[in-house]
Amino acid sequence: MTVTRAPAETLSVLDRPNSYIGKTVPRPNLDRLLQGRGQYVSDLELPRMAHVVFLRSPYAHARIVAIDADAARRMPGVMSIVTGRELEPVITPWVGVLSHLKGLKSAPQHAIAIDRVCWQGEAVAAIVATSRAAAEDAMEQIAVDYEELETVTDMRTALDPATPVIHTSLGDNLAFERTLDAGDVDQALSDSEVVEADFVFGRHTGVTLEPRAVVADWNAAEARLTIYQGTQAPHMVQNIAALHLGLSEAQVRVVCKDVGGSFGIKVHIYADEMATYALSKLLRRPIKFVADRVESFNTDIHARDHRCRGRIGVRPDGTITAFEIDDLTGIGPYSMYPRTSAIEANQVVNLVGGPYVTPNYRARTRVVFQNKNVMCQYRAVGHPIACSVTEGLVDLAAARIGMDPVEIRRRNLIPDDAYPCASPSGMKFEQLSHHASLAKLLQMMDYDALRAEQAALRARNIHRGIGIASFIEVTNPSAAFYGVGGAKISSQDGVAVRLDAQGSVICQTSITEQGQGSESLTAQIVGSVLGVSMERVRVILGDTDNTPYGGGTWASRGAGIGGEAALQAAKALRQNILDVAAAILQSTPGGLDIVNNSIVNAGDGASRIELSELARIVYFRPDTLPPGIQPELMATRHFVPRQYPFAFTNGVQASWLEVDTETGFVTLLKHWVVEDCGTIINPQLVDEQIRGGVVQGLGAALFEKCIYDERGQLTNANMADYLVPMSGEMPDIEIGHVVSPTQESELGAKGAGEAGTAGAAAAVANAVNDALRPFGATITEIPLTPQVILTALGRI
Amino acid sequence: MKAAAFAYARATSVVNALELLAAHGDKAKVLSGGQSLMPAMNLRLISPDILVDIGGLTELRGIAVRGDLLVVGALTRHVDLLRSPEIALHAPLLRDAVAHIAHPAIRNRGTIGGSLAHADPASELPACVVALDATIVVRGPTGERRIAATEFFRGIYETALSPDELLVAIEVPVAGQGSTFFFQEYARRHGDYAIVGLAARAVVATGRFTDLRLGFFAIGDRPLLAAAAGRLINASVTSALLADAATALADELDPQEDQQATAAMRRHLATVLLRRCVAALLVRPELEAGVAR
Ligand SMILES: Cc1cc2nc3c(=O)[nH]c(=O)nc-3n(C[C@H](O)[C@H](O)[C@H](O)COP(=O)(O)OP(=O)(O)OC[C@H]3O[C@@H](n4cnc5c(N)ncnc54)[C@H](O)[C@@H]3O)c2cc1C
Repeated sequence: MTVTRAPAETLSVLDRPNSYIGKTVPRPNLDRLLQGRGQYVSDLELPRMAHVVFLRSPYAHARIVAIDADAARRMPGVMSIVTGRELEPVITPWVGVLSHLKGLKSAPQHAIAIDRVCWQGEAVAAIVATSRAAAEDAMEQIAVDYEELETVTDMRTALDPATPVIHTSLGDNLAFERTLDAGDVDQALSDSEVVEADFVFGRHTGVTLEPRAVVADWNAAEARLTIYQGTQAPHMVQNIAALHLGLSEAQVRVVCKDVGGSFGIKVHIYADEMATYALSKLLRRPIKFVADRVESFNTDIHARDHRCRGRIGVRPDGTITAFEIDDLTGIGPYSMYPRTSAIEANQVVNLVGGPYVTPNYRARTRVVFQNKNVMCQYRAVGHPIACSVTEGLVDLAAARIGMDPVEIRRRNLIPDDAYPCASPSGMKFEQLSHHASLAKLLQMMDYDALRAEQAALRARNIHRGIGIASFIEVTNPSAAFYGVGGAKISSQDGVAVRLDAQGSVICQTSITEQGQGSESLTAQIVGSVLGVSMERVRVILGDTDNTPYGGGTWASRGAGIGGEAALQAAKALRQNILDVAAAILQSTPGGLDIVNNSIVNAGDGASRIELSELARIVYFRPDTLPPGIQPELMATRHFVPRQYPFAFTNGVQASWLEVDTETGFVTLLKHWVVEDCGTIINPQLVDEQIRGGVVQGLGAALFEKCIYDERGQLTNANMADYLVPMSGEMPDIEIGHVVSPTQESELGAKGAGEAGTAGAAAAVANAVNDALRPFGATITEIPLTPQVILTALGRI
Repeated sequence: MKAAAFAYARATSVVNALELLAAHGDKAKVLSGGQSLMPAMNLRLISPDILVDIGGLTELRGIAVRGDLLVVGALTRHVDLLRSPEIALHAPLLRDAVAHIAHPAIRNRGTIGGSLAHADPASELPACVVALDATIVVRGPTGERRIAATEFFRGIYETALSPDELLVAIEVPVAGQGSTFFFQEYARRHGDYAIVGLAARAVVATGRFTDLRLGFFAIGDRPLLAAAAGRLINASVTSALLADAATALADELDPQEDQQATAAMRRHLATVLLRRCVAALLVRPELEAGVAR
């Protein structure tokens, strides 16, 4: 680990004796999950619970002429069949726009389609039955009369006058457009070498192990809806469900126990989930919806699917003079709710060129509607596109002037002592460490030796490549992300900590756990700050009735924001405990400390009283305390970043791979990542976040793609044809860290959840092009399939 | 993704299984390892009225050598082929091929009989039995039939089996003097069905092929025994001759296009496989690289 800032003079709350910060401690929830005691919504059974299955449109665009469900209604086990029209009185439609994304437009979307379907997979009717199998049997008996409409599938022609407009009320198929012009790009390009390329990104999706799952339970007697859902943002779900069902938020409780993977897929509100809430209200019983795998592919948000023309200007000495992009993406027929589908494109504009000093930057992005499944935020939103375009262009520029890819980066990356500073797109950087990270990476991979090996193997007709990709990552978002645009998505989080009667600690946090270790990091922080061992700390998450109000876990914000709230709450509780202890021990709070579950003398460390004894006195013998003392063994604190809209992190990745130039197959040999997420709370959790993220990036680079035909049919909606990355194809992934803590919080942690995904595909694409350089082939399209590579090599 | 309701019968003997099949005709499906049948039923691609589970019939399981024939029971699981010393000795091609079939969990259940009866054109084992010149043994209401592997496969998921018949065994000629084998496939990920694959058996004497059977798979609607191999038998194999054979192979193939590969790519990969196969079998690495096309 390389630390870029000198340690503070005095020990911080994090460096106390027996601190858990910076230590790999096993997650508290491991045994529970490994022993099969996880509580996933998919497994949940409630009395009188019914199952819903959605009949989905086989067409990408069609008018619903008639739905005949008479035969289906008579099938065994069927309780109800509900169409969009019948559900309309229960739940209102929504429009996925935010006011800060100027000009973003979308059309009203219904929980179940009314009159018209706009993508293959949109729900047309709900079948509620005693079991999923019975509902599927009945579904086969429903006859829907569709009148097929012309489809819009190709994003490149979506804006052509000849292309039909999907929502006539919107006037055209343009959902959003943003332009940016910083510095003087034309001037910069006019006296530079200019390299240009079209970057193409496949549409892909998150493929969570547990599909989307929800049980909605309307209790008519209480007039309350309890929603059990695998979600990343329980309070957001509460707000949206209440809003569209005509309830107050107090009438909705969202419970989210264990979640089998999210990756951003479960941070949105889906029409079928809304329909499930509404059905529970309509039918007055618990209703369960668990997407099956085919439905997941057809309805879980897709992402990426950009075509981006990029230009870079470079001088013979390696100075990068300008970046320019023209980006286009197709998001399906609706902007997703409530986070909208313009964010990914917006991020691309924000992030291109971000690691470099280049002041000249021009960008345009256009977001268009089409008759395909909806696209929205998935892990590392926009980053892989921005990074692949930027780093692809930098490598092309280096090749053009005959410079080593490392050298051109050394000459253009923002110097480590130049902070704080801002990017041409206005992104504010507090403290990044591009050069320290690059130096560390080169040392880890032994760059020069690898280059020598590459040259030696080339002589034997073995073609290996090295690819480097520097990146920046948006983490710890403030209200600038969603709140300012009018979305009721909290950017602050809260933690309540209390000392119980036996000296154990209960901690309620508004961040959620989907496997990244929120529970662990909260317990580590609280235990460290309080001076209590982790086994004594119990963390409660995912329940809007029982946790403070907050945003949840997404956008790499859990540790940085929720972790700081935990730190501050624990500090407050510690002070309260020491106040009582001082009264009991006739000492002063400043003369005491808490270490190893005991009150000790701050000076000599001598143990004075066990926390359990203190708690016993407070709860059962307050009569023995000095008069006037009202102990407060519970403390709550909230935190939101105020100084910077985002805590940017940075890092660099490298890929080492071999291309079989006869078959077009790529073998990944090794992958390295150096990243800087500030304070590291649990090194193993951070490293696994990065590895998992890298694997998703490698999936994008080589395997994953939702393949649509020209009629808008998704043709590979299953696990056999949609290729997720599997362990057999994954290289060893080595990880190093540079640590530049953020000064915005006492904890100093930034996010790490998306760093791996941000740069992995860029590193692989650069490595493939590096391997193919003797053949004069350059590929700027992912996934890099054998078909793509053989075509570029002219073999087929 | 739940299967439609179906009836289930566990056969107590081959005779009993045949009776059940005769009684239910094409409304019945034989269940072996279930690794192809159950996914298809869960996707409701097929909805048989009744499953006839033959999983308990030990008489259909096992590997034995009878004279110069290796007899493999239909219920022999992929994992058994992988581990069997008899297979390693007499038909190592099967062992090499099985390593490419799916993953351990699937190999623990999937059977050779199921794989051959299912006749997925991208499957490894059908191409192997064609390359090995095996015989498929089938039992029906009127008794036993023996069908040459080359005659057994009729199209995508189509075989010479009729709905009232059971595939009971596979007979493979044991590997003779000078026999060598080659197995390779190109798949996007370990365990995936191949984009193109080749299972080959050869007899090599003094640097020449005296026999060469090339079983290509995933290249058409059924495994293909390439006629182009004939050009390489009893000939001195040069780069030029190999290039001829590659051209003949490309002409002979009529590959399908799918999401993984165009027809042109499949042809190209088949010729790469041919070169790599011949170079490996003759132990002449220079043949692998040296074909100018
Ligand atoms: C994820 C996954 C990946 C896979 N990858 C591969 C792969 O790479 N290569 C490959 O070859 N296979 C692959 N398979 C398929 C696997 O090898 C199957 O086991 C095999 O194809 C069928 O064997 P089974 O015993 O499971 O047959 P079943 O699924 O039980 O039956 C398949 C069909 O054959 C019929 N049948 C079965 N036995 C008999 C019999 N004795 N007589 C008459 N008819 C019979 C059944 O009625 C059914 O129609 C994969 C399967 C899965 C789930």
